[in-house]
Amino acid sequence: MPKSSRTGQRLFGLFLLGCLFFNYPLLVLFNVRTTLLGVPLLYAYLFAAWALLIVLVAMVMERSD
Amino acid sequence: MLQPWVVVLASFGYIGLLFAVAYYADRRARAGRSVIASPVIYSLSLAVYATAWTFYGSVGRAAHDGVGFLPIYIGPTLMILLWWFVLRKILRVSKLARITSLADFIASRYGKSALLGGLVTVIAVVGIVPYISLQLKAVSSSFQILFQYPDLVMPQESGTMPILQVTAFYVAMFMALFTIAFGTRHLDVSERHEGMVAAIAFESLVKLVAFLAVGFYVTYGMFDGFGDIFSRASRLAEVAPLTTPFEKEGTLASWAWMTVLSMFAILFLPRQFQVAVIENVDEKHVKTAMWLFPLYMFAINVFVLPIAFGGLLTFPQGNVDPDSFVLTLPMANHREALTLLVFIGGISAATGMVIVETIALSTMVCNDLVMPILLRIRRLNLAARPDLTAVLLDVRRAAIVVILLLGYYYFIAAGEAYALVSIGLISFAAVAQFAPPLLGGLYWKGGTRNGALAGLTAGFAVWLYTLLLPAFAKSGWFGMDVVQGGLFGIALLRPTQLFGLAGLDQITHAMVWSMFANIGAFVLVSNLGRQSAAEHSQATLFVDVFTQTGERGQQWRAATSVSALQTLLGRFLGPTRAAELFQAYATVRGLKSADELEADADLVGFAELQLAGTIGAASAHTIVATVAQEETLGLDEVMTIIDEASHVIAYSHELEEKQHELEAATAGLKAANERLKELDRLKDDFISTVTHELRTPLTSIRAFSEILYDNPDIDPAERHRFLGLVIKESERLTRLINQVLDLAKLESGLAEWRTADVDLREIVGDAVSATSQIFKGRGVAIEATLPARVPLVLADRDRVMQVMLNLLSNAVKFCSPQTGRVEVRLAEDAAGVRIDVADNGEGISREHQAVIFEKFRQVGDTLTRKPAGTGLGLAISRQIVARLGGRLWVQSEPGRGSTFSFTLPLAHNAEAARAAIAAE
Repeated sequence: MPKSSRTGQRLFGLFLLGCLFFNYPLLVLFNVRTTLLGVPLLYAYLFAAWALLIVLVAMVMERSD
Repeated sequence: MLQPWVVVLASFGYIGLLFAVAYYADRRARAGRSVIASPVIYSLSLAVYATAWTFYGSVGRAAHDGVGFLPIYIGPTLMILLWWFVLRKILRVSKLARITSLADFIASRYGKSALLGGLVTVIAVVGIVPYISLQLKAVSSSFQILFQYPDLVMPQESGTMPILQVTAFYVAMFMALFTIAFGTRHLDVSERHEGMVAAIAFESLVKLVAFLAVGFYVTYGMFDGFGDIFSRASRLAEVAPLTTPFEKEGTLASWAWMTVLSMFAILFLPRQFQVAVIENVDEKHVKTAMWLFPLYMFAINVFVLPIAFGGLLTFPQGNVDPDSFVLTLPMANHREALTLLVFIGGISAATGMVIVETIALSTMVCNDLVMPILLRIRRLNLAARPDLTAVLLDVRRAAIVVILLLGYYYFIAAGEAYALVSIGLISFAAVAQFAPPLLGGLYWKGGTRNGALAGLTAGFAVWLYTLLLPAFAKSGWFGMDVVQGGLFGIALLRPTQLFGLAGLDQITHAMVWSMFANIGAFVLVSNLGRQSAAEHSQATLFVDVFTQTGERGQQWRAATSVSALQTLLGRFLGPTRAAELFQAYATVRGLKSADELEADADLVGFAELQLAGTIGAASAHTIVATVAQEETLGLDEVMTIIDEASHVIAYSHELEEKQHELEAATAGLKAANERLKELDRLKDDFISTVTHELRTPLTSIRAFSEILYDNPDIDPAERHRFLGLVIKESERLTRLINQVLDLAKLESGLAEWRTADVDLREIVGDAVSATSQIFKGRGVAIEATLPARVPLVLADRDRVMQVMLNLLSNAVKFCSPQTGRVEVRLAEDAAGVRIDVADNGEGISREHQAVIFEKFRQVGDTLTRKPAGTGLGLAISRQIVARLGGRLWVQSEPGRGSTFSFTLPLAHNAEAARAAIAAE
């Protein structure tokens, strides 16, 4: 399989993962009055998921060449 | 320290710095060492996405509904994952077709339609105006707030609204000048702006640093980290519900639509298209930008919630607008340097957006709205002007001023009623209308120009009605009757609850209906209509850009001269630039100078592409059409082509037939040649045989004559015998010569025929009596069986007689003396009258039966036995019978005798034979 097509598939997979992260039902699951180290759980989740996604994209892209 | 003059001076100083950056980048670009050819600069220039909305507005939004500001950045993060497919495709197409703007891209996709380009431009300008007003509002507010230092007074409360408006006007005009200086400085009006990109990247750094600085200060200076702020804020009554926003109904839908909206925005905002596509230097930069730009967005958002909650904790009375927390928090704590940095960061965010957005919009207005109109006004005869670069620049400059003025008036009219983010979202919803025609056009070849026009018009109309109209109404420009009661008082047509769709926020509501209208009309009209040839070729170019190889099809007919093209190009690009381009083109083609160029379709295409890079595809097409003819495949031409093709096919069919005929003729000739050769050989054989046959009796005659001559006293009885032999051999010789002549006559058809109705009984009787002497002499019995009556036959009596005599003499020759017996039978049969001559002689073997009818063929060993005949009799007989329309054959077995039979046709059905004879 050509390398660029594999990159494309990985990115599309990440896109689906992102759609899952920032959507119903995960958002509602974290929509509770709990805190993590003083930070409301929903806020912590959103930023952590976002950061994870960026790290994964960076890994895919930097490995693609 | 923060006196107004310091603020103004700092602003001007900062802008001076920007000019320095741009100047430096431009100089480096001219020296061929571009500073923007870096994936990091590309990523930072993409961060023009973060405007005053992000810088001031996000905090305001967060103070309102918690994480509601986030979809605006999460959407792009998701969309960027698809950039690998979408943006790379757009980039490839844009480089190939030298796209200058978003409107140009869409117009170009749908057959270089000027109408579509104009519509996209109008939508973009109208849609972006609120967004620009947002920047003006943010910057002028920040000025006003800062001017009050050290007091903290909001412009809305201080009764300084008129002053704010005046400030906004100055800000707008100053930004216009600033943008003009940035984007339309050079006479070189090509679509790329290296200096601007460098300045934008620099501004992105400044706003990030400023925001992170204030974020750090608030989180760790004023409070004790994230945990501290959040736990203290959660005790505020208005903050507690913000940590669980999805409990509120409709928030999830609103979140989802906001994500979709910003996914479109990151691609279709004119300024994002400008930096991501038009200003892109290298496709590879996208790779790094795909994670670096999301990282930038992440960084600039990390402190939004702490600042927002810090602000709510610091200003519990609610007298400070949350949109200004970023500025007012350091102000309230008298952090003057930080305040100034934040203020500069805000200016960075706003100016960056305004510069790129208005440059992109002015390019669209110039290339896709004003120029097509000006070029169509024949009275102006614009295309014939010697130099149009100045006109182009003036149009763009005017467009920049007008766009900023529109932004200013929108701010006056509607800006006050909304928070920053709400104003921006209206613009997002407008540019989202470009998604169906652009994405559809990129992946669906069937999308037509009319479909795109219909979709855009429908979507834009819904946007105007459901978003812009209520915005104006809310500002009191006109009554709220329509918004509250619906158009014509019909409740179903209420702009904010169209067709009774309630429970959604305004943006979500407008998106649902406008996308429904847009996509619906686009798909429906596309499927109902047909594409023109130009649309079809452009659709293929766009959709199949990755799979296409080679050059684009030629669309021009060369009906112009090189100098005409160069002059034309010179009008828009400047004569020097045009000459350079032509020279470069000639060099690539391996020619020494541009003088050697020929004005072929390729050159015209090249000129169009260069023009497209300056004034857009639609205008370039119109202009080039003034000097070169377009290659249109009209019905007539298609018919001509088909006609020609069918002619060629018919011609080749003819050729094929001719070839077949020739082949047949050749075969015939070959056969004829073979026959001639055969005949020649037969003739040679015949002559040698005849000579041989003649020599035999001649030798005998000569031998006996010599004996008589040499021996005069020979015994008289002996002499008599010898003389008898000489006479006999002479007779044989005569007979032979006669027969050869006879055969020659028969074969050449020169023989005379006297055909008449003859009675064969008579002939048979005559023949038998004529030969009776020979039979008697040999002691062979002969018996003739004749019926009482036979029909008459059409024949030559003498010739039939000759055949009969020949057969009878042959029969008697091969019968043994004494026991021999020959029988002649005459009978009527299907073919006419048949005569059999049967003997009881030695018979003829099967292989001999085939050859006895040939000339000089005699059965038996001719070497040991003296020939009993000439060997021509049967050959002559067969010729005669065949000529009379009959057949001669033999039936025989060795030792059982032979039967020679022949038939002759009856007189009344021998017309064919008669005709054949007559024809001879």
